[in-house]
This record gives sequence, C-alpha cells and structure tokens, in this order.
Amino acid sequence: MSAAGISAPLFRMEGVSRRYGGVRALENAHLEVVPGRIHAILGENGAGKSTLIKIMAGVVAPDEGRMLLDGREVTFRSPAEAAAAGIACVFQELSLIPDLSVADNIVISNPPRRFGMIDRRAQRALAQEALLRAGADDIHPRAAVKDLPLSRRQMVEIAKALALKPRALILDEATSALTAGDVAKVFAVLRRLRDEGLAILYISHRMQEIAELADTCTVFRNGRNVATFAAGSRSNSEIVEMMIGREYSHVFPPKGKPAAAPGKPPVLECRNLGWTDRLRDVSLAVGEGEVVGLGGLEGQGQRLLLLALFGVLRGVTGSVLVDGRPAAISSPAEARERPFSMALIPEDRKTEGLMLPMTVRENLSFAALDHVARGGIIDRRKEEQLIDDMVRLLEIKTAGLDVPVAALSGGNQQKVVLAKWLMRRPRIILLNDPTRGIDVGTKQELYRLLRRLAETGAAIIFYSTDYDELVGCCDRVLVLYDGRVIRELAGDEINERALIASALNVGDGQAETAA
Amino acid sequence: MSETSESRVSIRARLPGFLRRADPAVLTAFGCILLLLLFGSLYSSNFLSLDYLLQQLKVASFLGVVAAGMMVVILLGHIDLSVPWVMTTGAMMACAAAGFGSMGIVAAIPVGVLCGVAIGLLNGVGVAYLRIPSMIVTLASNVVAQGLMVVYTGGFSPQDSAPPAVRWLATGALVPGLPNAILVWLAVSAAMIFLLTRTAFGRAVYGIGNSERAAFLSGVGTRRVVMTAFVLSGALSAFGGVLLAGYASKAAQAMGDAYLLPSIAAVVLGGTSILGGRGSYLGTVAGVILITLLQSILSVMQMPEAGRQIVYGAVIIVMLLLYGRAPPNR
Amino acid sequence: MNEWRYWLGEQRGTLTGLAIFLAMFAVYVANHPAGFTANVVHTAANKGVLLAFVAMAQALVVITAGIDLSVGMIFVLTNCLASWIVVGAALPTALGAAAVLVVGALCGALNGLLVIYGRLQPIVATIATGAIYFGLALLLRPYPGGSVNEALADALTGRFFGVIPSSLVALAAVVLVVWLPFRRSVIGRAAYAAGSSEQAAFMSGVPIRRGKFMAYLLGGLLAGMGGLFLTFFTYTGEAAYASGSAYTLWSIAAVVLGGVSLYGGRGSAVGAIFGAFAARTTGDMLFAFDVDPLWQPLLQGIVLMIAVSIGSLALLRVRNRLDWFQ
Repeated sequence: MSAAGISAPLFRMEGVSRRYGGVRALENAHLEVVPGRIHAILGENGAGKSTLIKIMAGVVAPDEGRMLLDGREVTFRSPAEAAAAGIACVFQELSLIPDLSVADNIVISNPPRRFGMIDRRAQRALAQEALLRAGADDIHPRAAVKDLPLSRRQMVEIAKALALKPRALILDEATSALTAGDVAKVFAVLRRLRDEGLAILYISHRMQEIAELADTCTVFRNGRNVATFAAGSRSNSEIVEMMIGREYSHVFPPKGKPAAAPGKPPVLECRNLGWTDRLRDVSLAVGEGEVVGLGGLEGQGQRLLLLALFGVLRGVTGSVLVDGRPAAISSPAEARERPFSMALIPEDRKTEGLMLPMTVRENLSFAALDHVARGGIIDRRKEEQLIDDMVRLLEIKTAGLDVPVAALSGGNQQKVVLAKWLMRRPRIILLNDPTRGIDVGTKQELYRLLRRLAETGAAIIFYSTDYDELVGCCDRVLVLYDGRVIRELAGDEINERALIASALNVGDGQAETAA
Repeated sequence: MSETSESRVSIRARLPGFLRRADPAVLTAFGCILLLLLFGSLYSSNFLSLDYLLQQLKVASFLGVVAAGMMVVILLGHIDLSVPWVMTTGAMMACAAAGFGSMGIVAAIPVGVLCGVAIGLLNGVGVAYLRIPSMIVTLASNVVAQGLMVVYTGGFSPQDSAPPAVRWLATGALVPGLPNAILVWLAVSAAMIFLLTRTAFGRAVYGIGNSERAAFLSGVGTRRVVMTAFVLSGALSAFGGVLLAGYASKAAQAMGDAYLLPSIAAVVLGGTSILGGRGSYLGTVAGVILITLLQSILSVMQMPEAGRQIVYGAVIIVMLLLYGRAPPNR
Repeated sequence: MNEWRYWLGEQRGTLTGLAIFLAMFAVYVANHPAGFTANVVHTAANKGVLLAFVAMAQALVVITAGIDLSVGMIFVLTNCLASWIVVGAALPTALGAAAVLVVGALCGALNGLLVIYGRLQPIVATIATGAIYFGLALLLRPYPGGSVNEALADALTGRFFGVIPSSLVALAAVVLVVWLPFRRSVIGRAAYAAGSSEQAAFMSGVPIRRGKFMAYLLGGLLAGMGGLFLTFFTYTGEAAYASGSAYTLWSIAAVVLGGVSLYGGRGSAVGAIFGAFAARTTGDMLFAFDVDPLWQPLLQGIVLMIAVSIGSLALLRVRNRLDWFQ
C-alpha cells in the first residue's frame, strides 16, 4: 500500500506548536489526515501525541500554526466547536460523567430536544443506535456509567464519539482498558468506519495493534513529527529506533540466580487466597531474591491480588504467611511495619502514589516519616540525608527538593514513588505496572534497580501489562485469568508466546491449562 | 544530578523558612493589613498608636485561637461548622466548673477544653470512621451541643461568672502592657507552626489534604490523623470560648455565633485552600488580624450594623478576587 | 422488570428522603392527640414549606457540587423586601411579589458570577455574599415591622376546598414550573454533569458555566420564594440573623436527608423537599410526644445525627478500603 493519499486531505495541521510553561509539548508539527484511512500516531510518552490530539479536539489551543479543515482555516475554542466541525475524540482519560446514564452521556453534547426540553425517547433511540454501531449493544442505555466496569465504559466512550456522526475520529489509547474480545470488536468497527470513508487517527502503545490495523503511521519525537510512512514498510525495531532516536538494545539486565536457601520458608506466601468473586484460590510463594511476575490480560485480578496482600481489601479468605508465619495484615499501615516490611508501588502514581502539589522532599519522606521522626518530631537532618541517598541512588532529576513533584517528568515521578518506599528498606516489594506511561530510558533504569533489589534479598512481585518486561525481568511468572492463577511459567518457559497463549486461556499446545 | 542544581538546593535550604516558603497570598494579606492601617490612620491618628494595636491584637487573639483549629481541619479538606456551640459549651462548662469550690476553679479551664475535645471526638469519629461529610457531621454536633446547653441553662444565660484565673488569662497582663490573651495566642501559634511544619502529624495533614488515597496507601493512619485534627479543632474552639468568657467575665447564649464565619474567612484570606492541602499558618495569623482590623475600623467609623455587614462581605470578596481564585480551566 | 431497576437506581436518593419523611410523619400523626386531620396536615405543611423552598434552593446549588451558605440570608433579605412592597391593590402587590423574586434571583446570580466567573470557592464566596445580603436586609428593616397584602397572604397560607393546604399547592406549582423544566433541559443536565465530573463535562463540550450559573440563579429565586412565603405567614419583615443562619444550616441537613449528594451530580430538589419536611417533623414530633420544649433542640440534634449516620451503614459493605476515598 502506498503512503500517498488517494483522496484530498480532510484535515491539515501546519507548523502547530504548544508550550506548557517552559516545556515545549509540540513544536512545528505537521499532520495530514485523509478520509478512508486509519492513521496511527506513534511516539514515546511526552513525544507530543496527547497534545496533538488535544489541539485537534479543541481541548487546548495552539500557540502557533494553523489548522485547515477541507482546505479552510479553522480554530476550535472548545471541544464542542471541534465536534461541531466533525472531529470526535475518544479520550484516554475518560470523558464520561459518572452520575449520568449511558444514554445521557452518549448524546451529551447535543441532546435531542422537543419544546426546549430533552426528548428522552429520542435520546434513547439515538443511544441504542450508537451502542449498536460500536458493537456494545449489551450495555443498557439507562445504566448509570459509574456502575459499569472500566471496559464497558470505554465502549460507551466509543459509542459517544460515534453518536456525533464524525468525519474524523480520534482514538487515544482507546483500547487500553478493553478485554481481548472487545478489542477485536472495536477493530472490526474501525475497519467498517474506514470503509465508510471516515478518517481515523489511532494512538496506541501497542505495536501489534498498529501493525494489525493501521494504513499510515506517523512517528513523533520530542514534540516534532519525524517520519510518516505506510504501515508495514518498516520493521518494529526500525520504528522503535525512530521513536527513541537511538539504538534499541540490551534492555534487560541479566537475571540472577536466586540463592535457593534450603529449609528456609519463602519470604511471602499466600494459600488459597480469595476475595468476593474477583480472586479465587490464589496460591503463590516468593523467596528471597526472587522476582515473580504477574501476567495475563488486564483486569484479571492482578491489581486486587496486590491490594489484598497489602491489607487494603476486607474480607479476604485464605492465608498469608510471611517467613512461614501467619500474617494478618489489615491495613497498609500494618503492612509496611516489621516484620512484614512491605511496599506497594500503586497503579496510578498521580492519585495513589504521590501528592502532586507537595514538594519532592515531602513526597519522598512521606511513607518513612516514622523512620525520620522521633516522638512524632521530624529530624530534619536525618530526613535530608535519607532523601539525598535516594535521589542519588535512583538518579532522580529534579530542579530541587522544594519544587512540587508535579513539575517532574512521568519517569522521575515514578522514581519518587519507588524511592519513597525504598527509604523504608522493604523486604517485600509489590509493583503494580510501574513502567506504565514512562519513557524507555527510565524503564531500563527501573529494570536494573529491580534486579539490584532482588540481589540484596528482597522478594518482589511484579505485575506488568507489558509482556516483554515479564519475559525480561522475572524468574517466574504467574498468569491470572478471571481471578485465578491458571499457569505458572519458570525459566525458559517464560516467552511472549506462552504468556499470550495462557493470558487468553487458550493453551499453547505444550501445557495443559487449568479451568 | 548536576553540580549547579545541587548548590541551588543548598542555598534555598539555608534561607529562613518563612522566606523560602513565602506564599504570595500571605504577603498580600499582610499588605492588606498595612493598607487598612494606613486607611484607618487617615481617619484617626489613633490607629497607629501602640495602645490601639495591642487592643486589636487582644481582640484578635480569641478569633486567632479558634481559627488555628479551623485551619488544621480545612487543611485536611474538611470544615468544622460546630465552632459556635463548641465555644459556648466550653465557656459555659468552664464557668459552671468554677461553681464547685476551689477544686472547680482550678479545673475550670481543663473542663471547658475537655468538653471541646469530647465534641471534637464526636466529629472526628463521624468524619474519619463513619465517613459522613464533615459539613453535615459538624452541623449536627453543633445542634447537639446547642441542645445540651439549652437543657443545661434552661434557655437563659447562666449566672455563673468566669473564675478569676480565666479572667486573668483573657484580660490580665503578665508582662506589663502586654495582654495575656496575646501571649496565649502567641503560644498557640508557636505550637501550631511547630505542629504543621516539624511533626509527622503536620506532614500527614498536608498529605491527606492533597490526596487521602495516596496517604492511606503510604501506610499513614489517615483515620487517626483526621480524628485528631477534629479533636484539636474542638479543643481550640472550646479554649477560645473559655477565653472569651474570661474577657466578658461570663458565658452567654450564642456567644460563639459571631466566630464561625470569620474563622473560616480568616483561614481562607490567609491563603489556605478551602479544598485542603495548601496553606501556611502565618497566613492564618494575617487573616485573623485582617478581619479584626476591618471590623474595628468599621465600628470606629460608627457605621451602622447594616453598612458594616455589607462592607465586610464586599471586602472579603474583593480580597478573594485578588488572590483566592482557582486556576482557569485552560 | 429491568426498567424498574434502573428507575429505582435513578430515584434512590429521592425515595430515601420520601421514606424518611413518611416514617417520621406516620409516627408524628399516630401520636398526635388530634390524629390525621386536615388541621394537623395544614399546620405541618405551613411549617415545612418555608424550609422546603430554601432546601430546594440549596439542592440546586449542591447538585453542581457547590454550596450556598448565603441561602438563609437571601431568604431573610427577600422577607424584609416583601414587607415593604408586597402591599396595596392587586397590581402593585403582583408587581411587588415579582420584584421580590427578581431580587432573590439577582442574589443567586451574584453568587453564581463570583463562583463561576470569579472562580472563587463557593463556601467562602457565599459566606461573604451572605454578609452583604444580611446587611441589605438590616438596611431595609433595622427593626421588625412592615406589612403585606393580607388577602393574598391568607389565600396562600389557607386551604383549598377546606382540605388541601394552599402552601403545598404553591410548592407543587414551583416544582412543576421551575424544577421539572430545569431538570429536563440541556442546561439542567449541564448542571448535573458539572457537579458529577467537571473535567469530563468540559471534555464533552457541555455548557458547564451556563448550567452552574442557572443553578445558582434559580437557587436565589427559590430562596426568594421562601422569603415571600415567610412574609405571608408572619405579615412582617425582620432581619433576624439567627433565623437566616438556622435556615442555611437546616437547608444543608434537609438536602442530605433528601438524598442529594454533597459531592454533586446526584439527587433532586424533590428529594430536598422531603428532606425539609422530615427535618421539620422531628421538631413537631417532640411536641406530639409532649416533650419539654427545652429538650427540643437536643433531641432534634440527636435525630439529625442518627439520620446522617444511617447513610454510613453502606460503609460496612465496602470491601475495598480504597473505595473510602472516592
């Protein structure tokens, strides 16, 4: 397939720039969107993809440059104006209103009216039609959005964009929360829409998805578009190279040999763990110096398992043992203390890991205040010293300890989350997808750190949505499906094929699958 | 980390704390105080006299003690609407205790404060453990406290007068010329600054105000911290009430009503975010002085009550518009 | 049927408010010496309707995730104004009543302007405007006094056909003319959306500002309606600070009892009406039980405390502790 557009471009962006404070998010960006094609946008986090689509969707205004729709210059002062011009966006952070119903949400930008009032019957018909088009007609239009699981909400989001009858559809990581079945449905929908003549802009981190779906690809780096080419004309490693602008090699540190201490009980063990119907009969053991991965599709109970171990969930059945002794942990406050010395790197660093407006210093020492305080009074010198150690150890790049942590890049923010827990010298470290949304360079630093921690005797449970990471980092991987451990992989068994096969619970012909 | 940024950090670290953390809102509040004084001095030269200023600080100290407790609660992102009747309860109970002979006179202040602690505990349990919105729990406990006092007094102002110790604390002068009430406020302020900047509790308060979820997952006992904050607020409100009873030499029905809104306004005018997590105690001090001066100037100008209310409200709005605004949407 | 389940889900808050009110009212009537008579209902309605108007006003603002602490002062201000201008022949009376409502709406609009365009936090902005409104009320009525068109007052506080309290009819009319159109309009939905998630509402191109502004404005209007009715009941105007702040505080309580979430986006003004009547009934109930009036505030406080604690029972069902912080 050739890269040249068959029809005239629907939308053009010329020399568009946008700054946030001193940071250039987008610089002199050019983009051409053609009807009847799926156009993938690739780039590392912070490459300017999000800013690009926010400008296209009217969420933020560009500082410079111009945008042309059908050859005529346009400006969007709000998402409503962009929508009126035929550009609809499925946002990464959900744009649904939790307390309103599905139908209310789908028609929200322009509800059907009769005598000035919202016509609820017409609204319902419109919503049902949009849900059907999105392949999500199992969702009831009257259900409240807040009662739906994340994957259903994402489908509502897509239906909502389709209800606008757009000419250009932007999907920003729209499949990140979807189940495999939904992804297939969405892809079918997108292909059909393309054939109907829609211009589709598709942003994703998942290389396989792009290979499967896109017609054209554009790579962004440091706020500029660096290359546009027909899908399939470049290899994955070439694309990765364009994204990071350097050789992509030697990602993972060598795995160590966990010293199998004979007769010593595992540091952390759980037997027949259960919680509501979301976790069933989970048993696992992590020894000293071991990195155990959690694999599987998203939302199969991995996150809940970590929360259960950390004492966040109530009504957990089964038993947890630390050093072979039963441990009844009923809050993070207990989990972090001796003899457990646990740490949890939570899923969402912005709301669960950090207090964004507070300073780097305050964030770093927040979980270890009892270590730097005597009788509740903070020993500033000791605090300073521990913080300095951590900043050096993790090479946190910050303009100072008294800047708000929000001013740091995503990767450095994640380092702060790690550092605040490492300050307590934890023996058991639970990581919930710690590399999500951070740059390649920082990822590699984290892999090395993980290995180093294991070598010093920590027991690590590492949940990741990135299969490469599990392959590269873990000594063993447990694959979860529907709240159960359905497969345990060790050593050379850990490869992408086995991981995917067991994640989908289809079996790969080599091993039988449970359940 | 590069050399330059490290040295920059250490230079910043060597600055005195109040300069390093100087908040534009706090500076504006102090600026407004100076403006008010200048404006007042145009009206009467008395405004810049030491006597007048000390008198104002003395009046401000009652509000100051109450606002200190209010601030801790607001920093958490909550609010304490039980201030009026906690103050009244504290005052009435302290005076009542004084009726029980010499033991009672000694115990007057602790008894008053303990009543505040009790109501604060009720608020704290409701907010932290039952997770009822603070606005509604403190509203309900205010009604309960009022009900208790109405039953106790039979609906009339009690005849017990404030014990001498309480009167001395509010109106006496340990250091000649310097009213004790100001010293009490200074002591409370010093304790508050220490609590908020130097202790693990203070850090936890700011952390919870910013993200209670993150604080909980960091292993901080968030519920205990929230409860303690409400207890603190109750204790300080009651203490403020006791002082006020000493000043007026007896407790009266509804004596705390005039303190709820000013205490919230003082905290917010001092740059503390009503959503929690951000603010410095110095700002609250500035806010308290600002509001007291404003009220004083309006009364010196012999403005009728109606005009005073209108100007009072308008000035608060203007000052908030100057610096209390949320960032724009985009 | 499935549809019923969704309807129940949508109306849960309002129905809870109704249930609380019915339970309290049943106990009250059962213990009332006169029993369930038109007189008893009439008295209860007239007592409750004032708080009902103010609570509706509060509900509108609370739905947008705001709060209006000046609502009681608007109520007092419009009362004082009405005691001057709702007098004389039919036409001047009508114009006067309209002017009172307009002033109420203007007060609400000022709150809205400060919160939306001035970007001030609702709590503090309305504390300040509350002081202004009270000052204006004092300016109008430094001492209690004034009068009102008594024929109109008696008509609106009496009974229709000797049975139905006309104040309730007026309340129902306001629900039909003000609340329901708002609820069903695009603007009203915008108010809900802004209260539920302002960020998402902005991304969806919802007219957030207009929605919130309208909620504040109509809130002022409803509080003005309450002030007007207060004048009809008392025939005078009085700038009573204690009454204003009590109405503000009890309006918040009523809104919560009526199932409106203080976090915004959930509940209805109809629920707030039930909440208001429930709150009022607690006071009356003690009268029916012949409790010493001295104990009334205390028992009212305890009932309120218990009522708001009941909501926290849902906490026992929370099995993921992170859900505490939503």
